[in-house]
Amino acid sequence: MTAIDLGLPRLGGLDGVPTTDEKQTAKDFTSDQEVRWCPGCGDYAILAAVRQFMPSLGVKRENTVFVSGIGCSSRFPYYMNTYGMHSIHGRAPAIATGLAVSRPDLSVWVVTGDGDALSIGGNHLIHALRRNVNLKILLFNNRIYGLTKGQYSPTSEQGKITKSTPYGSVDYPFNPVSLALGAEATFVGRALDSDRASLTAVLKAAAEHRGTALVEIFQDCPIFNDGSFDLLRKPDTKDQRLISVTHGEPIRFGPPLDDGKGAYAVVREGFGLGIAKADEVDEADIVVHDQTDHNLAFALSRLSDQDLNHTVVGIFRSVERPTYDDAVRAQVEQAKKDKPADLQALLNGQDTWTVVG
Amino acid sequence: MTTDTAVEPASPGSDGSKVLQRDRVVIRFAGDSGDGMQLTGDRFTSETAAFGNDLSTLPNFPAEIRAPAGTLPGVSSFQLHFANYDILTPGDRPDVLVAMNPAALKANIADLPQGGVLIVNTDEFTKRNLAKVGYETNPLEDGSLTEKYQVHAIPMATLTRTALEETGLSKKDAERAKNMFALGLLSWMFHRPSESTERFLREKFAKKPEIAEANILAFRAGHNYGETTEAFAVTYEVAPAKLAPGTYRQITGNTALAYGIVAAGRVTGLPVFLGSYPITPASDILHELSKHKNFGVTTVQAEDEIAGVGAALGAAFGGALGVTTTSGPGISLKSETIGLAVALELPLLVIDVQRGGPSTGLPTKTEQADLLQAMFGRNGEAPLPIIAPASPGDCFDAAIEAATIAVKYRTPVILLSDGSLANGSEPWKVPDVESLPSVDPGFATEPNAPDGSGEFWPYLRDEQTLARPWAVPGTPGLEHRIGGLEKADGRGSISYDPDNHDKMVRLRAAKIANIPVPDVVVDDPDGDAELLVVGWGSTYGPIGAGCRRVRALGHSIAQVHLRNLNPLPANLGEVLSRYKRVLVPEMNLGQLALLLRGRYLVDAHSYTKVAGLPFKAEELQNLFLDHLSGVRA
Repeated sequence: MTAIDLGLPRLGGLDGVPTTDEKQTAKDFTSDQEVRWCPGCGDYAILAAVRQFMPSLGVKRENTVFVSGIGCSSRFPYYMNTYGMHSIHGRAPAIATGLAVSRPDLSVWVVTGDGDALSIGGNHLIHALRRNVNLKILLFNNRIYGLTKGQYSPTSEQGKITKSTPYGSVDYPFNPVSLALGAEATFVGRALDSDRASLTAVLKAAAEHRGTALVEIFQDCPIFNDGSFDLLRKPDTKDQRLISVTHGEPIRFGPPLDDGKGAYAVVREGFGLGIAKADEVDEADIVVHDQTDHNLAFALSRLSDQDLNHTVVGIFRSVERPTYDDAVRAQVEQAKKDKPADLQALLNGQDTWTVVG
Repeated sequence: MTTDTAVEPASPGSDGSKVLQRDRVVIRFAGDSGDGMQLTGDRFTSETAAFGNDLSTLPNFPAEIRAPAGTLPGVSSFQLHFANYDILTPGDRPDVLVAMNPAALKANIADLPQGGVLIVNTDEFTKRNLAKVGYETNPLEDGSLTEKYQVHAIPMATLTRTALEETGLSKKDAERAKNMFALGLLSWMFHRPSESTERFLREKFAKKPEIAEANILAFRAGHNYGETTEAFAVTYEVAPAKLAPGTYRQITGNTALAYGIVAAGRVTGLPVFLGSYPITPASDILHELSKHKNFGVTTVQAEDEIAGVGAALGAAFGGALGVTTTSGPGISLKSETIGLAVALELPLLVIDVQRGGPSTGLPTKTEQADLLQAMFGRNGEAPLPIIAPASPGDCFDAAIEAATIAVKYRTPVILLSDGSLANGSEPWKVPDVESLPSVDPGFATEPNAPDGSGEFWPYLRDEQTLARPWAVPGTPGLEHRIGGLEKADGRGSISYDPDNHDKMVRLRAAKIANIPVPDVVVDDPDGDAELLVVGWGSTYGPIGAGCRRVRALGHSIAQVHLRNLNPLPANLGEVLSRYKRVLVPEMNLGQLALLLRGRYLVDAHSYTKVAGLPFKAEELQNLFLDHLSGVRA
């Protein structure tokens, strides 16, 4: 097979989507539907963050579409006053791919959960990431099946006692960020549902990224998996564990030292990364985050396991790569230029004969 | 040689051989999967089409790309029926069998009637090859063939190699052109025009002109062999058929479907979006459509069958003509998404090229066993329209009709083709593009709430069609959410209300049931038939041929063929009730018969066969005669 340089222009995530100068507010993005998640559900915080954040993009509301699968998180589109489709279990990335390919003037968002995206829909997720379709995928990870009332999910910890695993789960879980990076994702971010500022920052970067952006959002299910991410929330534990990364800055975390930066640092250790006390290592040994470095992104994703030790949030990876949908459209446009759409000639083909009456 | 009418007296040919006139001929090319039999058959078909005969073809090949060479599972064949009148089937049995190796002979000889012409490539009849397929002695030498058939034993590989000596090609490469030798010989024997084949070979091997020339040399060598060796005492002429005036071409069902989809985009004014996953025998539709991006056709080869239909549905939400194509187990995988399309009430064209099942079944063979799946194969009450083309050329019209219904009624439509239509070919009267209809998709542009609130109600239906509005993203003021959860009639918000669900289920059913489809036309030339034969899909040809034969014997018989399987034509119940006996032949275990019995309380007799091959005219003739005698009794 011959490889062809597609020669596509560099674009931003929202290029081609009509903009508006009208002032929009969170209220404009709020539908008339009563929100029906359980009290205390992390989805409320995410919904509020998204509603508040969307106006800042400045694109027309009618050109925004939310597509979801099945699960608690997948009710999300009903609550956004945009176009939306609540589809079937796991298939939202596939449906959104068709929409994004055929409509470059839309900002397309996928809302999914750990069961929806990583279990039944795992195939669609990895292929959307590999193709780099211009989609923003918000993966609400609460490490449990909520809508079906409490079975373990593909991100649940091994040994977890749930309704379907009374003796403890024997399944080994996915690390969604590692999975996405392995699937050639061009943008991978992670945030905590309750941290409005950093969640919004990751969402904004995702929106501006041209290609598939996967944002894993740690989200609490107070009914079936309460406190699943408490280690990353509680003041006495989060300092030791939560590592927020910013492109171009040394990775430091924990209570600040005299220089105003965290007491701990991420350092290189063999082929991977380790943690050291910042004042006990050379500054040159402290890793500076580079969101274009695939190996670094993967190593950062491996710092945390299900025990939530040293959990990285922020943007792991953001690189440019031609998107699938731009390339598909470019081929169609080129073909239109190169060859007239003569339907009669197509139907006639090369060999016709005439029967005279 | 088969004759339907008296044979004209033989006249001398230009080379001194006798020329016999024939009404129709059936030829079967058979060889190893690697021998190029499908290409050989295709070329003979093209020559025959160009000559002006009516024709019908039946390619028959294994699912394996290359089964072990020389074995029975590796045999590939191509049967072609051509005539000087309109024919309906690819023919029951060959008049001429070309066998390129012992396996091809063994697999096909039983179909050759006594006295038939057998042309054999002797080079492959080695001890080893004979043993591979269980021949203890060489049938070319033990007299078993010569006493029954007109045998022409020809060392085709050797002759081809000799003809290509000057080219400098290796022995192996030279011998690969032996299928063109066979084609040349048959082309001479049946007075086929050869220009188009030489042109085809030059185009096919444009990048390898030495291979093109080698194939042309082999083709001419075969032609000359017939003309000069005197091994063949006679040649045959089949005069052009008297078809309706117009421009014709040869077309397969898959190509016609692909063209129908391109045309449906033109008819509806919508960009075509195909989401598909490779599967036999539907893949050729994907291949064909991928070539026609200049018509604004987008093709996405998805990661699986589910994503193929999902992407098509997503594109439909965005205002495209969403299409997905599949076969066999692929339609099972798509079921859930088709159900979603029923709930969303979005246009979607689902093409199922039926093949032998269950499961992987017989990937390259034909069957009609997906009818009930198309009707009922989704959870819940999920009705949708079903259309089944009757012939390869009819696939074009069926695709346009299916797309039109999908767009007009905001519904998924299943088009049921099958393996024999997909790969079979026939002359097709090319439609005049100007005569194609025009269908307005009628996108919603304004809020529609009857209460004057200025809201948009996505499930407020058109009173006549019961179709809901199609409001595509990007339309200001019509932002709305749809989904698989039950929706409130009109307003379209989520509703768990029991009465609303009952109403919505009935509304969806009524929408489909009320789609107007053409009445069936009964073919009952005598007007006094007591036996009515009802078929659907690709059995149109064999059933029609069977009826003709029975009528030629002086009996009355009526035929009805269903293109619309859901909803069924409004006059069908009345038609069925007019006949004393109703017979339903199908390539399944009685699926249409079950529907007709349930729907009309008619005592439909089912005749079924699931052999992976189309019905034969003779088989149906005998069946009809049996039933006719039953009627008389």
